[in-house]
Amino acid sequence: MKVDARIPQGPIADKWTEYKGHVPLVSPANKRRIDIIVVGTGLAGSSAAASLAELGYNVKAFCFQDSPRRAHSIAAQGGINAAKNYQNDGDSTFRLFYDTVKGGDYRSREANVHRLAEVSASIIDQCVAQGVPFARDYGGQLDNRSFGGVQVSRTFYAKGQTGQQLLLGAYSALSRQIAKGRVKMYNRHEMVDVVMVDGKARGIIAKDLLTGQMERHGAHAVLLCTGGYGNVFYLSTNAMGSNVTAAWKAHKKGAFMANPCFTQIHPTCIPLSGDHQSKLTLMSESLRNDGRIWVPARKEDALAIREGRLKPTDLPEELRDYYLERRYPAFGNLVPRDVASRAAKERCDEGHGVNATGEAVYLDFAAAIERYGKEQATLKGLHHATVEEIQTMGTAIVESKYGNLFQMYEKITANNPYLTPMMIYPAVHYTMGGLWVDYNLMTTVPGLFALGEANFSDHGANRLGASALMQGLADGYFVIPYTIGEFLADDIRTGSISTDSPEFTAAEKSATDRQSALLNAKGATPVDVFHRRLGKIMWDKCGMARNAQGLQEAIAEIRKLREEFYQEVRIPGKAEGLNVELDKAGRVADFLELGELMCLDALAREESCGGHFREEHQSPEGEALRDDARFAHVALWEQVQGDPGQSIRHVEELVFENVKLITRSYK
Amino acid sequence: MATGKGLFGSSIARKYWMALTGLFLCSFLVIHLLGNIPLMLGHQDDFNLYARFMTTFPVIKAVSYLLYASFVVHAVDGILLMRQNAAARPVKYAAYNGAANASWSSRNMGLLGVFTLVFIVVHLKSFWYEMHFGKIPVYIYEDGTELKDLYTLTVTAFQELWYTVFYVVSMALLGLHLWHGFSSAFQSLGLTHPKYTPMIKIAGAFFALVIPAVFAAIPVVIYLAS
Amino acid sequence: MNFILKIWRQSGPSEAGQMVTYPVSHVSQDMSFLEMIDELNIDLIQKGEEPVVFDHDCREGICGMCSLFINGEAHGPGRAVTTCQLHMREFKEGDVITIEPWRAEAFPVIKDLMVDRTAFDRIIQAGGYVSVNTSGNIPDANALLVPKVDADAAFDAASCIGCGACVATCKNASAMLFVSAKVSQFALLPQGRVEAAERVQNMVRQMDLEGFGSCTNTGACEVECPAGISIENIARMNREFLKASLG
Repeated sequence: MKVDARIPQGPIADKWTEYKGHVPLVSPANKRRIDIIVVGTGLAGSSAAASLAELGYNVKAFCFQDSPRRAHSIAAQGGINAAKNYQNDGDSTFRLFYDTVKGGDYRSREANVHRLAEVSASIIDQCVAQGVPFARDYGGQLDNRSFGGVQVSRTFYAKGQTGQQLLLGAYSALSRQIAKGRVKMYNRHEMVDVVMVDGKARGIIAKDLLTGQMERHGAHAVLLCTGGYGNVFYLSTNAMGSNVTAAWKAHKKGAFMANPCFTQIHPTCIPLSGDHQSKLTLMSESLRNDGRIWVPARKEDALAIREGRLKPTDLPEELRDYYLERRYPAFGNLVPRDVASRAAKERCDEGHGVNATGEAVYLDFAAAIERYGKEQATLKGLHHATVEEIQTMGTAIVESKYGNLFQMYEKITANNPYLTPMMIYPAVHYTMGGLWVDYNLMTTVPGLFALGEANFSDHGANRLGASALMQGLADGYFVIPYTIGEFLADDIRTGSISTDSPEFTAAEKSATDRQSALLNAKGATPVDVFHRRLGKIMWDKCGMARNAQGLQEAIAEIRKLREEFYQEVRIPGKAEGLNVELDKAGRVADFLELGELMCLDALAREESCGGHFREEHQSPEGEALRDDARFAHVALWEQVQGDPGQSIRHVEELVFENVKLITRSYK
Repeated sequence: MATGKGLFGSSIARKYWMALTGLFLCSFLVIHLLGNIPLMLGHQDDFNLYARFMTTFPVIKAVSYLLYASFVVHAVDGILLMRQNAAARPVKYAAYNGAANASWSSRNMGLLGVFTLVFIVVHLKSFWYEMHFGKIPVYIYEDGTELKDLYTLTVTAFQELWYTVFYVVSMALLGLHLWHGFSSAFQSLGLTHPKYTPMIKIAGAFFALVIPAVFAAIPVVIYLAS
Repeated sequence: MNFILKIWRQSGPSEAGQMVTYPVSHVSQDMSFLEMIDELNIDLIQKGEEPVVFDHDCREGICGMCSLFINGEAHGPGRAVTTCQLHMREFKEGDVITIEPWRAEAFPVIKDLMVDRTAFDRIIQAGGYVSVNTSGNIPDANALLVPKVDADAAFDAASCIGCGACVATCKNASAMLFVSAKVSQFALLPQGRVEAAERVQNMVRQMDLEGFGSCTNTGACEVECPAGISIENIARMNREFLKASLG
């Protein structure tokens, strides 16, 4: 089957403008006759629901949390990119486009990325108009900072809580439409199936999590803004409730999954402390601006540190290995995320890791404290400042820049990072893969759209920092309001979608049956135990480094685990009323299928690119080796017979007309 | 539930009225205290003249109606707030560690207010009612005018130990009420400022300590002197 | 470590509830409070009992979903942390730990420790926004200058996570800190001034309709607030409301 990405003709810089000039519109009177369902209320979902409601469509929005404001976009820390060139440092739409395609290791679609770069500036204008309190300089203008993998300062931020501020902005826009009655909001509702009528997505089955009732909701189009699936690894920086269920149900109804194996492992997270752990906490990428990453150069020192016989501060400079600075002198500690993560893993695998588990490296601020301290001493004219004075002044500067992060670190680990280096380790953070969409953000199922992290389109094999927020809001505020018209223009005479059709009845029945199957498994093992086991398989064999043998083993293990799950799981309670374990089991059941597909995808992609590192494909120095001749394409997976193991792989060839494919080098 | 709108009935407006009447009552406390100083010094003439002035001078009489109104509004509004607040948490906590995050007086303003109300009723019955409507001995001033001898009435009352103790305890409770109430009134009215708010807090503490202490000293001095 | 947990169990919104005692053992001091309850739940499920229901999601202190009243304090004894960031090392071996849901008329209990906080959503819907539609034709972001001090103060107010600890801890179950944080954010920014008068009146009206208590200025809310929202915001809202009511 050949997929059509529906990319407009013409030069890249004109595609979006041309498209907007010719896309079919729906008149205001007709918009009132069209219903749209939005699942998920993160940046993409909230912004899409608000914008479509403003246009006049009837919108129903769903979230599984107790309020739309809880969506996990809220946890994004660092910032949002936009090609404003406020700093006059050479930024432009093209440069943002170029950086994103290159950062994604040439596995994203040029036209989509360029459109993203084009609308990025409008996002900032929109958010400021909504009252988002971005950081400003003393002149009252917006401030910018720099992020990994780029050479300009184009990141807008609100301290370390940019995601929170942007989401609350979108949430307030959504709230305004709810108050007007333009959006009907369904809190604590989870989508459990897509309903297809005549080959089009015409509604969903949603479960009211409080009553346990299955509800039918009809609409002319369904938008999935349900985020990523990093929780397949159990331990990740995602929220506990983040799940793949909506996307996976869509996949089972015919929407293709694209590049599911593309996972971003974030290099700076607080390491694991024990088996009980439920969550990994991210420390912002901005820390790498001032922190130096190192491990002991000798294994015996690493061992001594692990056993508590040696303190890191007592290890002299010459016995430390600042491995990023050593391997990548040009970018040093600021190499992109995938490169930094792999380098940390390589050192730990070689036995140089610290922490009791041996899986951690140091992020050291001592040099920054000394540098800033000396700077302050010079500024204040203190030419004979003592070491202690310099230390105090430097600490104050570091505190002003990263105080809240240092505090968070100390709360979690009970270590003071001003006195002893932080310990960090990579953790699953973001999934670049997702539902395949065309230029209109429509999946392979007509009428079913995917926005934000739930789709695959913009970040290729590795996402750059501060680009996820940009994509979520771009899709919701500025892309979907136009592109949905192309599909809906044919629907103005359809009339409202009846939920009494056999298709709705069948979908509701199958959702109820799936629950019963889980409740009827009279095993003895709680859901979380299976989730942890799945996570371990994924992390060990489909994590930062993958090889054919491991992936094959993983596939077999996951299939076995899935079988065991339906036999052995124990879910207390019943289908009626609130049943947290039952809802969790439904999500884990989907992860158990997705995990297999991710391994299949990783196995089929016999190259290393971005976050996907196949050990068989590396240079003698351990760098990733891309294979553009064979794999400059998007892998699309079609599910057949409800078995992920039999999925069929299709491809969308990626055409690069504006960016030259070169080897990423940060040396 | 607060169901009104704007300046009447909304929960914020209820607090404005509490703050305005509270601050006005504070100003009254100062005047009242100044007038009471002669009691402590044993100046029978001055005190009785002051008492007559306060009960007959037209401007003071006019202001006194504002004062009565403030008492009533402060008390009724306070009771309405207590009811609203009680209804806002129908099921109580099994464990509630209020001391962890707020001062005792701030958490017990309603209770302290009720005590103060009881004190005021007793106090008014003993002196204000007697002065206005009761039988009071007559005192002949040096120029021959007849004055009501409130001085003797007061001094006699405070020769009772229990009555003196009641006053001292009441003033302590009033002090606690003011300890939070004075600066809280400024917060309720939105009168805060990074530079001046600390000063208001200090002034409030000073006011809450000094005014009730001097008030309490009067019956103690009289009792000890008797 | 070992603890005795006393947990509020209530099977539904209209059922009666009671405190139930659960001893827990083998608790690591590195566990977060919620991970400790996760472990209890795994034990309960294996014993065939119903697990304890509680709200939680991000587990990094920003989503505002976790909400426990622990030993008489919202989010427990820690300062500037949510329950998910509270670690067991804050407690002493053998401690008896009382765990209750947020208690307020406006936050009815759904089950066990889970409460309904949609009252907050309705307050935001009453006016917690700037009435601006999505459009690619909005003036450039830098066309509007905002003094840094105002932008920073607006940010501080806007960093509220909407967890409801202020209501839970307030002796009056007042929502003034939550409402004032949103009112302040917009009152401090020129974009928000346009609708300032209407906003504060509508939001306060909704707050009262939801059945929250009034503010006694005890300051407990700002002490317990995990996001460090200051009661200076309440004073600002009092000012804004007075201005709006007089004007």
